[in-house]
Amino acid sequence: MRKMGWKELPPGAINPWAGNFMEVKTGSFRGGLKPVFHEEHCIHCLFCWVFCPDNAIIVKEGKVVGINYDYCKGCGICTVECPTSPKSLTMEKEELQL
Amino acid sequence: MAERRILNGNAAIAEAIRQINPDVVAAYPITPSTAIVEHIAKFVADGLMTTEFVTPESEHSAMSMCIGSSAAGARVFTATASQGLALMFEMLYIASSLRLPIVAGIANRALSAPINIHGDHSDTMGARDSGWIQIYSENSQEAYDNVIQAFRIGEHKDVSTPVMVTMDGFILSHAVQDMLVEEDEKVKAFVGEREPLYNILDVDHPITVGPIDFTDYYFEHKRSQFVGMENAPKVILEVAEEFKKEFGREYGFFELYKMDDAEVAIILLGSTAGTAKEVVDELREKGKKVGLVKVRVYRPFPAKELADVLTNLKAVAVLDRAASPGAVGGPLFTDIRASLYEYEKRPIIVDYIYGLGGRDIAPKHIAEVYERLEKIAATGERGELIGYINLRE
Repeated sequence: MRKMGWKELPPGAINPWAGNFMEVKTGSFRGGLKPVFHEEHCIHCLFCWVFCPDNAIIVKEGKVVGINYDYCKGCGICTVECPTSPKSLTMEKEELQL
Repeated sequence: MAERRILNGNAAIAEAIRQINPDVVAAYPITPSTAIVEHIAKFVADGLMTTEFVTPESEHSAMSMCIGSSAAGARVFTATASQGLALMFEMLYIASSLRLPIVAGIANRALSAPINIHGDHSDTMGARDSGWIQIYSENSQEAYDNVIQAFRIGEHKDVSTPVMVTMDGFILSHAVQDMLVEEDEKVKAFVGEREPLYNILDVDHPITVGPIDFTDYYFEHKRSQFVGMENAPKVILEVAEEFKKEFGREYGFFELYKMDDAEVAIILLGSTAGTAKEVVDELREKGKKVGLVKVRVYRPFPAKELADVLTNLKAVAVLDRAASPGAVGGPLFTDIRASLYEYEKRPIIVDYIYGLGGRDIAPKHIAEVYERLEKIAATGERGELIGYINLRE
């Protein structure tokens, strides 16, 4: 998304674009680690979906199918709450996008 | 017809607010500005104003309420001083960066410690970088006139910036003076209606007020805020021109007193100008070429306009009623000295800190400053850069 220059901004730092977080990909907050889903170990308890603070666990027809990296901020809560052994969600290194 | 009244500064400001009848006044009383709030409370209780008068639990809450009300399109006024202004500090920046044209009447008072209720400029000088327009007053009449103009200046769509109108605590806030109060209808007509830049209650156009910015947008938003301050000088002069046409009294960025052929001058803010004018008159009778510059608009600072006046002089003394420990002199001094840097021909300039905590400044003290300036002008030797007036060693 192109960033606006100061002359283009509405005065008073107001945000007149209601609902524009659809366009703001907060996944850019991740600091070098991302959760990776291992379907083969998953029991579909949905603990990760419940605990994810950013609604970034993608669930279809009651089953975990993956992670929405546009909004996952890499907190790792899903990997802690995952009850399987070995874990169905693990934190792995990723290249930072600066 | 304008009415001749005997009012102190607090009553004068309250009288302007009664006439303007803002939508909201949220204020917490503090010496020496308490009477502004008391007068307004009485006007509202007596049915002379329809203002929503709110009594919050602190100055921080008062300014927060002003911000919320102003974001909802209301015309808003508050009053405070000293520790009260200090407690508003974080909200002052929010008001200016949200471009909300709140008007605040300030009775200048020293900051603790030691606790002191008397007049100096430490409080508003502490807020000089908060993005508020600052207008200083010499007497009750000016405090009244400046408040009326402040709404027009701050609320102008090109400015949309909050305004502080200041007067020296006790010296002006509590001393009665002969002044003119204009007709209610004329003042109302002059101030007109506020046309807000945005309105948080406009449900057809939903907005977020006070959003979060990270490294990606904060800088751009800050830069766009400064536009209001940059547009202010033109509007300040336009409003002053219209004010003169309507009410006959003349205002500008500053007032020049006997400066036409002056060789040395004192430059200062606020009520001390009255005392200094007396001294200038006395010295002029003795044939001394002395003058006075009284700065009215401190933010935005009229750097070029002041330099045009001061570069013709041989020596200048700045009188600061606030200190800036560790800086190169008081706040007015550093601004003026910086303004002169661009010019090859410039006067020798010295600074005096005076009147902290309400310490008297008498005509003889000002006469001594002029005497020194004449010596500097004659010899070209400056001596100490920063001095103190009427301070025991």
